[in-house]
Amino acid sequence: MSPQMGTKTGTPKPFALTPVLTANWAQPRSWTLAAYESRGGYAGARQALAMSQDEVIALVKNSGLRGRGGAGFPTGMKWGFIPQGDAKPHYLVVNADESEPGTCKDVPLMLASPHTLLEGVIISAYAIRAHTAFVYIRGEVLHVVRRMQAAVDELYANSFLGPDVLGSGYALDVVVHAGAGAYICGEETALLDSLEGYRGQPRLRPPFPAVAGLYASPTVINNVESIASVPAIVSGGAAWFRTMGSEKSPGFTIYSLSGHVTTPGQYEAPLGVTLRDLLHLAGGVRGGHRLKFWTPGGSSTPLLTAEHLDAPLDYEGMVGAGSMLGTKALQIFDDTTCVVRAVLRWTQFYAHESCGKCTPCREGTFWMVQILERLEAGDADAKDVDVLLDTCDNIFGRSFCALGDGATSPVVSSIQFFRDEYVAHYTGGGCPFDPSAATLFAAEAGAAR
Amino acid sequence: MALTEQTRLALREILARYPKPRSALLPMLHYCQSEEGYVSPAAIGACAEELGLTKAEVGAVATFYTMYKRRPIGDYYVGVCTNTLCAVMGGDAILDALEEHLGIGNDETTPDGAVTLEHIECNAACDYAPVIMVNWEFFDNQTPGSARELVDRLRAGDPPLPTRGGRLCTWKEASRVLAGFYDGRADEGPSAGPASLIGLEMAAERGDRAPQMPRVASPGTGSVSMARDGAPR
Ligand SMILES: Cc1cc2nc3c(=O)[nH]c(=O)nc-3n(C[C@H](O)[C@H](O)[C@H](O)COP(=O)(O)O)c2cc1C
Ligand code: SF4
Ligand code: FES
Repeated sequence: MSPQMGTKTGTPKPFALTPVLTANWAQPRSWTLAAYESRGGYAGARQALAMSQDEVIALVKNSGLRGRGGAGFPTGMKWGFIPQGDAKPHYLVVNADESEPGTCKDVPLMLASPHTLLEGVIISAYAIRAHTAFVYIRGEVLHVVRRMQAAVDELYANSFLGPDVLGSGYALDVVVHAGAGAYICGEETALLDSLEGYRGQPRLRPPFPAVAGLYASPTVINNVESIASVPAIVSGGAAWFRTMGSEKSPGFTIYSLSGHVTTPGQYEAPLGVTLRDLLHLAGGVRGGHRLKFWTPGGSSTPLLTAEHLDAPLDYEGMVGAGSMLGTKALQIFDDTTCVVRAVLRWTQFYAHESCGKCTPCREGTFWMVQILERLEAGDADAKDVDVLLDTCDNIFGRSFCALGDGATSPVVSSIQFFRDEYVAHYTGGGCPFDPSAATLFAAEAGAAR
Repeated sequence: MALTEQTRLALREILARYPKPRSALLPMLHYCQSEEGYVSPAAIGACAEELGLTKAEVGAVATFYTMYKRRPIGDYYVGVCTNTLCAVMGGDAILDALEEHLGIGNDETTPDGAVTLEHIECNAACDYAPVIMVNWEFFDNQTPGSARELVDRLRAGDPPLPTRGGRLCTWKEASRVLAGFYDGRADEGPSAGPASLIGLEMAAERGDRAPQMPRVASPGTGSVSMARDGAPR
C-alpha cells in the first residue's frame, strides 16, 4: 500500500468503477439530444411511458434507490406518498441547488449531460402524475443554466416535452428556474418557498411536501443525481441496479474527491467502496503528506480521520462510523491543515447562511464564530472549548431545520478527534499552522512573501 | 439604463411561465439586474406593481438573496471561493493577492468600473480548487499569479476563456440568461473539465464498467434495439 495513506493497516480491495451517470461525459457535444440519443438515451423514457405509473413507482421502489441529496430517503417510497386520484395538480421539483460545501457532482452532470437529468424528469413526473416539473438550479452556475435551457428547448422542439410527450399522450412542461444565492434554498421546504417567490425559509412539517408542497399541492422533491439515476434503473431493471452496492444501499453513485489528493475529481462506483479504495485510485494523499481529516458527504457530515479509511461509504457504513454519507463529497485535508481554521470557516458559512427563522441556529452559529475566531487569534482560554460544545448542545435537535444540526457537525467532531489542537491554540497564543503550506502553490506563495 | 415599457413586457413574459405569478419574482429580479446591473428601488417598484405586491414585500425577498446587488457593480463580477476547501487550497491567498493588486477590498469595484471583487461560498467546483467565478463562469485551479493575470485581462477588455463555460459575457448579459432568456450559447465550451472525467478515464484504463444490462427489460417494453450506452441487447 501507499505510505501516504495515513494508516498502517488495511489494503485497498479490488473493486470496479461503474460509470453509468458519467459514462457519456467525454463524448463530443455530450450535452446535445443527438449525442445523448446516439448512446441509447430516452429508451428508458419510452419504456416507462409504455408502463403504468404504478409500475414505474414499483420498479423504483424495488431498485432500492435512495436519495442522493443528503438524507438517503428511499426515492420510490417518497413517490408512493403522493395521493392518487385527487383533484389537485402534482409537481416534480428537482433540487439542483448544490451548495453543501464540498459537493460538486450535480453541476458537472448537468453541464455534461443535461439530458440524463431530463430523461429522469420525464419518467419521474409521469410516475407521480405531474404535468409540470421545475428544475431549481442555483444561480451561480451560468453555463449550467444555459445547457439546461438549451436541452429543454430541444426537447420541446422534438415533442419530447409539451402536450404529447414522445407520442404517448402524456403532457409535461419543464421550467428551468435559476435561484439567487442562498444555501438554505437547498433545504426542500425552503426551496419551495423560494420557488413561490418568497424568502427561502423552511416550512413546518407536517404537512409534508407529498401532501402539501408547491402551491399547497402534492409535490416530490428529489436531488439531481437521484432523478438522473432513474433512466438507467428503468432500462436495466431493479435487479440489475442491485448487482451494485449492498442490500440497503444499492446501486452506483458519484463520489467527489477534492482537496489534498493527487487526482481530485468525480469517481462513479458502487455504494459501499471505502475511502481507502478511492484514495488508492486517486494516487493517495498529495505527495509527502498524510491524511488528517475528511468529510464523507459535505461539511454538515461529521469529520472522520485515517481511522475510518475502511468504513464502507454507504448509508449504514457512515452512520456506523459516527458520520453520514451525505452528498458523498469527500473533502480530503492533509497534515498541513489547521482543523480549527477549517471549522471556523465552515462555521462562518453556516452563520452567514442561517436563514434567521429560529433562535438556536441564528444565535448559536453567531456565537460559535466569535469563539472560533478567538481561538484562531490566540485570545481564547480553556473554557472556550466547552462553551463551544455547550452551544452545539443547544443547537442540535433544537433547530427548526437540518442546517442548524449540520452546523454542529464539524465543531463537535473536530473537538472529538483534535481536542489537543484546540488546546494548542489557547496555550500557544494562536494558530500554530502556516496557511501557505496547505495551498496547492506553496512555492509561489512563499516566493511572493 | 432606466426601466422601460420593454422591461415591463419582459417581466410579463417571465410571469407567464409560472402557474402562480409570484413564482416569477426571482427571475424578474434577475431580469432587472440585466437592465440596470443591480436591483434598484425602481426595479423593486416595477416588480411589486406587476405582481400586485408591496415594495416592502419585494424588497424583503431581494435582500435575502446574495446574487442581487443593491448598488451598481462592475462589468465583471469576480468571486473568489473562500469556503474551507478552496480557502485551504489557496483561495484565501488569492483573495489577498487580488485585493492588493486591485487596491480594493471585498465587495468593492475598481475605479474604472471593470471589476467588482467579492469572496463567495462553495460554488460546486471543489475538485477544481481554488476556484474563481467571473460573471458566474468557472475559472478553475487558480493561483495568485493566474488570478492577477485574469483581472488584468478583464480590465484591459481582453477577457480570457473560462475553464468550463462559454465566452465571458457582461454581468448584465449573464443576468438576462438567469432570468430565463436563453442566449443561444450552450454549444460553447467543453462537456466537462479534466477532474470531472478522471474516474471515467481510469475506468477505461482499468477495463472497469458497470455490469451489462439484461437483455429483457421491464414489462410493457416496446421494441428497443439499443441498450443504454450503445451496448447491443
Ligand atoms: C441546509 C440544507 C441544504 C440542502 N441542500 C441541498 C442541495 O443543495 N441539494 C439537494 O439535493 N438536497 C439538499 N438538501 C436536502 C434536501 O432537503 C432534500 O432532502 C433532498 O433534496 C431530497 O432529495 P433526495 O431524496 O433525492 O436526496 C439540503 C438540506 C439542508 C438541510
Ligand atoms: S435551523 Fe437555521 S436555517 Fe434552519 S430554520 Fe433555523 S435559522 Fe433557519
Ligand atoms: S469550496 Fe470552493 S468550490 Fe467548493
